[in-house]
Amino acid sequence: MYRRAFTGAAAAVALSVGLAGPLAADDDRFITVQSTTSTQNSGLFDHILPIFQDATGIEVRVVAVGTGQAIRNAGNGDGDVLFVHSTPAEEAFVAEGNGVSRADVMYNDFVIVGPPSDPADVAGMEDVTAALTKIAAAEAPFASRGDDSGTHKAEMRLWAAAGVDAAAASGEWYRETGSGMGATLNTGTGMGAYVMTDRATWIAFGNKGDYGIVVEGDPRLFNQYGIILVSPDAHPHIKADLGQQFVDWILSADGQAAIAAYEVDGQQLFFPNAGG
Amino acid sequence: MESFWGILSEAFTLVLSWDPDLVEIVGLSLRVTLTAVGIACLIGLPLGAVVGAFRFPGRGAVALMLNALMGLPPVVVGLMVYLMLSASGPLGVLGLLYTPTAMIIAQTILVTPIIAALTKQVVEDLYAEYADQFASLGVGLADRVGALLWDARYSLLTVALAGFGRAVAEVGAVMIVGGNINHVTRVMTTTIALETSKGNLQLALALGVVLLTLAVLVNGAVMALRASAVRSAYA
Amino acid sequence: MRDLASEFTPLGPAISANDVRPPLIETRGLCFEDRGQRLLDNIDLKLRAGRLTVVLGANGAGKSLLLRAMHGLLNPTEGEVLWQGRPLDRAARRAQAMVFQRPVMLRRSVRANLRFALSVRGVMGRERARREAEALDLARLSDLADRPARVLSGGEQQRLALARALACGPELLFLDEPTASLDPGSTQAIEDLIRTAQSSGVTIIMITHDAGQARRLGQEAVFLHGGRVAETGPAARLLEAPRAPAARAWREGRLYLEPPGAGPVHQVI
Repeated sequence: MYRRAFTGAAAAVALSVGLAGPLAADDDRFITVQSTTSTQNSGLFDHILPIFQDATGIEVRVVAVGTGQAIRNAGNGDGDVLFVHSTPAEEAFVAEGNGVSRADVMYNDFVIVGPPSDPADVAGMEDVTAALTKIAAAEAPFASRGDDSGTHKAEMRLWAAAGVDAAAASGEWYRETGSGMGATLNTGTGMGAYVMTDRATWIAFGNKGDYGIVVEGDPRLFNQYGIILVSPDAHPHIKADLGQQFVDWILSADGQAAIAAYEVDGQQLFFPNAGG
Repeated sequence: MESFWGILSEAFTLVLSWDPDLVEIVGLSLRVTLTAVGIACLIGLPLGAVVGAFRFPGRGAVALMLNALMGLPPVVVGLMVYLMLSASGPLGVLGLLYTPTAMIIAQTILVTPIIAALTKQVVEDLYAEYADQFASLGVGLADRVGALLWDARYSLLTVALAGFGRAVAEVGAVMIVGGNINHVTRVMTTTIALETSKGNLQLALALGVVLLTLAVLVNGAVMALRASAVRSAYA
Repeated sequence: MRDLASEFTPLGPAISANDVRPPLIETRGLCFEDRGQRLLDNIDLKLRAGRLTVVLGANGAGKSLLLRAMHGLLNPTEGEVLWQGRPLDRAARRAQAMVFQRPVMLRRSVRANLRFALSVRGVMGRERARREAEALDLARLSDLADRPARVLSGGEQQRLALARALACGPELLFLDEPTASLDPGSTQAIEDLIRTAQSSGVTIIMITHDAGQARRLGQEAVFLHGGRVAETGPAARLLEAPRAPAARAWREGRLYLEPPGAGPVHQVI
């Protein structure tokens, strides 16, 4: 009895070992896209990728990390396409020979969200640098990604434009979470801090609490997404052909229409601007 | 904030709905973790038995290493495996990054020291009892390891459980080497992390309850097995 | 050959001068030290094949250490153990078996305990099955063959341990107080097994604390005191009229404290 049970357990383990084998790479009709948490968490990929796969039969596997890590992963050759939102870093990626070329795909914008108590009294402001200056002056808590992501890079540019050395206050009113957009929103709303986020993630975010958008509409809050085919010259093993098909589709009228059609709560999250 | 009962009822609904995505995720979690624990047992059980039952030069150092490696942070293991399997890493040509196989490799590395170190402990105690009898019978080295592992089998089930618990609950390693790719490498823990980052805390917690239930079932099955062993004075 | 240095020279029916065969097992100048303490001190013994020797002595006299050293479980600090005149090697060890005071039961069934020992000795297939059945029958454990060995009673466990040792077909069997803490019924069953083994030609060396048991089973006797051989001789004689002071004291149930300056005693039986 006991022996049978034991043998059974051993057999189950052996069986599961066997089952894992064929999982590795059964089908080569897929590409890996290094992308960012905002596109994933907002649900955009869940919307557009099935349309692409229906049209081409190519499966797209998305690794969603911060823009900085996505660029590094792609630079290691661990992805066929890079789809992120930090134009200067993307251009550097191409200049270093890691990417074929960069193209604009779509944009949305960043917003600053805050608690209803609004301790820095910035609600309704449009001038983002003025708002950041007020937050710093009030030493009101501000939660930053602090993870070298596209959003973090954009935020750092805005602090610099406002002439505030936020990093110097790190650990005091300026709190670097070192994590993704969603995690930073969870942390920021939990500690009553202001958070700069892309609008798409904010709209799709499920744990808003009583938070709302306090600053929006400044042209400097513009958030451009770009797409790059990883260079087969630098990384010979990448699937340049399939990757190019994905890039072409994203930039095509069909791809752009699919992006425009994605809505959450009746709001469009991304605005296609390929070829612009 | 979500109520406790709300979360429980959502977890219940999730399970009862038998959502194909959930089934896929749970299935992959079990497959990856059980495979990793299986391989870790194949390596760790004999290794632990040898370290537990034999005196050899460097034995203390090996035991120390095994104990220290038990505390390896999953993220560190994930990074190590990522660097090995990355296209620009030494094993990049295998094309294993962002596959379940990569996750199995990472979890195997994570779990093997636990299995080996705990096995060493169990076998050491058992060998103290058996040593004279084995020497008297003239049992060879391989037979000793085999006999000790077999006779400690019920204690070793608990050891395997400890490994299972660590593997099934870790998120750091599988996130890095698996990439949390939908329908490919998304498992329970990475889904929980993803839903948390989307702010879907209730869904994340409900998934946590499902994971917990799974762990309870596995542990319950093993404990029942052990209870029968205790009645036979085998454990 | 014989060392008659001792003041007691009770020589048993040892190897006669015209017996050219070497003794089955012999110790020469056997010493064992642990943490500076000499626990076995210069022990010279020769034991003939086919005899049952009881090893007597108070707690701590070195009885178990002596058996373990003779069986090769313990490396002597000095001296050597000879098996049929040659150093104790793997083959010699395989011709011996030992049953410990607390029987070591594998966490398996009664039958699997026998099977393990036989497999280790390379006995397989039909022959193994035959010997299993024989051992079960000998130990009167056939009905319990599929029981977990560790739920057997103390007496049953010791019967199994003895049967397991005998199943390997040893020429020499060491028994370390096999009936300690057993009730009289179980003790008798064990003694019957020992007699059966001896009558089938197995040489036996057995530690016992029980003078009655020593008299019932013993042919030869060795009395140890303080790590030395205090006296040897035919069991009946040694038990009836011990000559060494320590043995006399043990026989009469007195405490014996060694007189200062007593030297080592070398005996041959």
